Amino acid sequence: MTQVSTSKAAPPLNRATRIWTTGVWFLPFGLFAVLFLFLPSIGLFVGSVTGGAHGLTLTYFGQLFQSQYLDAYKVSVELSAATALIGAVVGVVLAWAVVGGGLPRFLRPFFLTFSGVASNFAGIPLAFAFTASLGPVGLVTLFLSHHLNLNLYQHGFSLFGFSGLVITYLYFQIPLMVLLMVPALDNMSRWGEAAMNLGASPWQFWWHIGLPILRLPLLGATLLLFGNSFGAYATAYALTSGMINLVPIVIGQELSGNVVFSPSLADALAVGMVLIMTTIFAVYLLTNRNVVRWQR
Amino acid sequence: MKGSRIWSLIVGVVGLLYFVVPLIATAQFSVQEGPSKPFWAAYSSILADPQFWSSLRLSLFMALSAVVIGLVVIVPAAYWAFLRVPRMQSWVEFISILPFVVPPIVLVLGLVRLYGSGFGPLSDRPVMLMAAYGVVSMPYLFRSVDNGLRSMDVRALTEAALGLGASWPRVLFRVVLPNLRTALLGGAFLVFALIMGEYAISSMLGFNTFGVYMLLTGQTRAHAAAALALISFGLVWLLVGVMQAVNRGNVTIGGAR
Repeated sequence: MTQVSTSKAAPPLNRATRIWTTGVWFLPFGLFAVLFLFLPSIGLFVGSVTGGAHGLTLTYFGQLFQSQYLDAYKVSVELSAATALIGAVVGVVLAWAVVGGGLPRFLRPFFLTFSGVASNFAGIPLAFAFTASLGPVGLVTLFLSHHLNLNLYQHGFSLFGFSGLVITYLYFQIPLMVLLMVPALDNMSRWGEAAMNLGASPWQFWWHIGLPILRLPLLGATLLLFGNSFGAYATAYALTSGMINLVPIVIGQELSGNVVFSPSLADALAVGMVLIMTTIFAVYLLTNRNVVRWQR
Repeated sequence: MKGSRIWSLIVGVVGLLYFVVPLIATAQFSVQEGPSKPFWAAYSSILADPQFWSSLRLSLFMALSAVVIGLVVIVPAAYWAFLRVPRMQSWVEFISILPFVVPPIVLVLGLVRLYGSGFGPLSDRPVMLMAAYGVVSMPYLFRSVDNGLRSMDVRALTEAALGLGASWPRVLFRVVLPNLRTALLGGAFLVFALIMGEYAISSMLGFNTFGVYMLLTGQTRAHAAAALALISFGLVWLLVGVMQAVNRGNVTIGGAR
């Protein structure tokens, strides 16, 4: 009995110290996340459901369904979906060209480093680079009109609209897809050799082995590409001078005071973005739970 | 597999064109300042611009603070979770990658709304900028800290140091951090590459960072802007190159876009 009571007396103190020391180690992390990530996000949510004269309100979320804001979401989603899908397909094909042994092996390290650089080369300088190539007097535009007699801008193309943004975004989307898929494809090339040795045709290999194995990593990477483009601001702003109706641009207009509308509406727009991103991320986590450490 | 080789070659060449032509066009544009001027005119005008240097310094300083803040926040939590509270590990990881869900423009909106005025030091714009950059860099720094912790025997090293009479701060600064050094370098360079071109957050908070300077230059001096784009590409190449030499295969999402 005495033994039991001593062992019972000890734990509370132990536990208290343990909680205290643990608290000290986690405090900076928790405090930082709460102050600069959680509270601002919660603040936006609170701002979006208050701000009217009558306390709690869903007015501002209702206003999101007005054509102008609904359109902003539509364009944002379309832009992200287009760049994610094209980026995913082209990225996988490119990655396979290098990993699958079709291209000389010495190109591989260069290719991977370049992918790392290009996936980080975004924002203002990327917009400049594409203006210099596909702008009205860009190198490619002039080349096409002089040598192939093809005037892009007379055929409805504009770098400063939707199609131009898609082409520009692909400059960081494709390399990101390459980086995300190379580890998985590396394994695949081993499977490929085994299948070929057993007499499978390339078509059989991809249909029966490649796709089933790659399905979830492919989905996960495409979702990440979507999220990557959905929050993008600088590239679109620099290319269109803020004239395109994307959700981040609309939020930026309100924030910089260029266009004055209700602050609560901007909060609601932002909360909508976070909700979409959270959905994307949740699907990603659910389908790729064991691939979360995507760099390994 | 002859057919597949030809296809790979075609894919490779088309890919190469798409990725190299914009760089060539930018280079070509940057050396055509005017018929009467030497080809390096755009570059020399930038290098002679005090704004260029001050914006570069500001961005470098902010990137450095983001790395320092991120490490101060993440290393103790990740280390302790790794050493003593394994069930906290997934939470630390989850919270560290959460900034992906909050786009930079939303983050800065949230910060301005909440701390815009009347919150003492939290309402200082430089503090807000540093905090925002710290949040943005959390996923990358966590990943490199996590990699580093996994690649060393944390428990044995800690117990050996404690057994030899070292205090906790000493364990952290003289044992854990030096062993994390290589892994941390990779994440740090990635954060530098991200923050050097960052535009959304700093422009909303009214700072003349490198990204904002680039945009302002583009509005008035097109050739200088092209030169800046190339300089920035070189910078990213340098940072990412070092990062990849240090630890392979980091992947970036969000940030400067």
